[in-house]
Amino acid sequence: MSLKRKDLLSLAPLSVEEITLILQTADSFKEVTGREIKKVPALRGRTVVNLFFEPSTRTRTSFELAAKRLSADVINFSPSSSSVVKGETLLDTARNIEAMQADIIVLRHSSAGAAETLARGVKSSVINAGDGWHEHPTQALLDLYTIRERGLSFDNLRVAIVGDVAHSRVARSNIYALVKLGAEVRVVGPPTMIPMGIDKLGAKVFYNLDEALSGVQVIMMLRLQLERQGRALFPTIREYARLYGLTAERVKLAEAGAIVMHPGPINRGVEIAPEVADSLSSVILDQVANGVAVRMGILYLMSGAN
Amino acid sequence: MPESRMSSSTQHGRPQERLVMESGDMARAMTRIAHEVLERNKGVKDLGLVGIRTGGVHLAHRLARRIQDIEGVSIPIGELDITLYRDDLALRKEQPILRRTSVPFDISGKIIVLVDDVLFTGRTIRAAMDGLIDLGRPAEIQLAVLVDRGHRQLPIKATYIGKNIPTSREENIQVLLEEAGEDDRVVILKA
Repeated sequence: MSLKRKDLLSLAPLSVEEITLILQTADSFKEVTGREIKKVPALRGRTVVNLFFEPSTRTRTSFELAAKRLSADVINFSPSSSSVVKGETLLDTARNIEAMQADIIVLRHSSAGAAETLARGVKSSVINAGDGWHEHPTQALLDLYTIRERGLSFDNLRVAIVGDVAHSRVARSNIYALVKLGAEVRVVGPPTMIPMGIDKLGAKVFYNLDEALSGVQVIMMLRLQLERQGRALFPTIREYARLYGLTAERVKLAEAGAIVMHPGPINRGVEIAPEVADSLSSVILDQVANGVAVRMGILYLMSGAN
Repeated sequence: MPESRMSSSTQHGRPQERLVMESGDMARAMTRIAHEVLERNKGVKDLGLVGIRTGGVHLAHRLARRIQDIEGVSIPIGELDITLYRDDLALRKEQPILRRTSVPFDISGKIIVLVDDVLFTGRTIRAAMDGLIDLGRPAEIQLAVLVDRGHRQLPIKATYIGKNIPTSREENIQVLLEEAGEDDRVVILKA
């Protein structure tokens, strides 16, 4: 078993075996990130380019650390300081980067499908670090890794994904993967934030948070994208927090020992109460720590010679 | 898994399989190595064993048991996956599967005996030494192998050898172990 893909664009086409391979590979890198010298020579001489067209601190830093701990050379490329402001197209930018012998391009872009377009146009491996509302495969993989690390098995695992599912690439990637692995996935949020047809992906739709949380083992909160507030998806932040905010009381509706996840950055007191974010059931910082190990695993698996 | 690959290739009886060590030979060789390790290092003080995955790990556990039988002291054992230190990673189309490294003791200042089943080109041992040194600074690294088959490509020499088995490059040596569901034996396979 090995990953025979040039690119990692989406979790939708991945097999259970491929997902399992990525998680197992990340195990080895988790050990490396726990060492005093957190570096291995596996990607010596390779070049990884972080091409981020959207602001991101967490994901970009995570990829940068992952690549550096594999001894790859890393270049960070962001549009504000580059030729993109001069009108260059995505593909032309990428081809220029490729001409400088980049082996792997990590792309974050506001348009769904940008990673796919790029992957077709360049020989380098492309890793999707979030494309519009489409997918964010590496975030979902680190979520899966964190769930598995807690000793939970995916088969019949009950997971509630809470919040703005419609605009969440994290939710979509997680739904694809969790359903594939045999979990029961519930999505819950105000009707304006639950997209039509999400049930066709295998998720159960709820509009009442208390009902959705009943008996789940994993609560996956999504960030309320406050910048979308002008689009009238919900009347007020206070009302949203009251109906869909995760409080300590609501955590008790889930199964005892349930874990609380959040891809960050969190809005304290909006979608998640501070005492929940800082509680023992919260694995939010484990997710961040695991992100580096999982991305090391993905970079390693994608680094085969062309 | 390499074990299953071994069993499938032996089950269907490649005609050219030649037995070079039986389980008794292997047991005696391991006992002798245990005595040599103790003699050379004047006991078990500061001693640690690190097996190279997968065969070397099983042999490291066997060696530790023998040392315990002789000295009555248990010594720490680690397991090393050398994949990330291989010198051919950049050349491979598909990356090999990783098995977790687990060395649950501080190797700094210790005498580390690396344990592997077969010593061949020496490239695995080079990678293992790099991997080990990333975990700390041992006082000394020694090497114990069950079989030395020659054909070194690097200036590397074992400290303890179970048996020297001259081979041609085309031949393939397999160390089959009970821990991997086989009867203990060492065989040469002609390609």
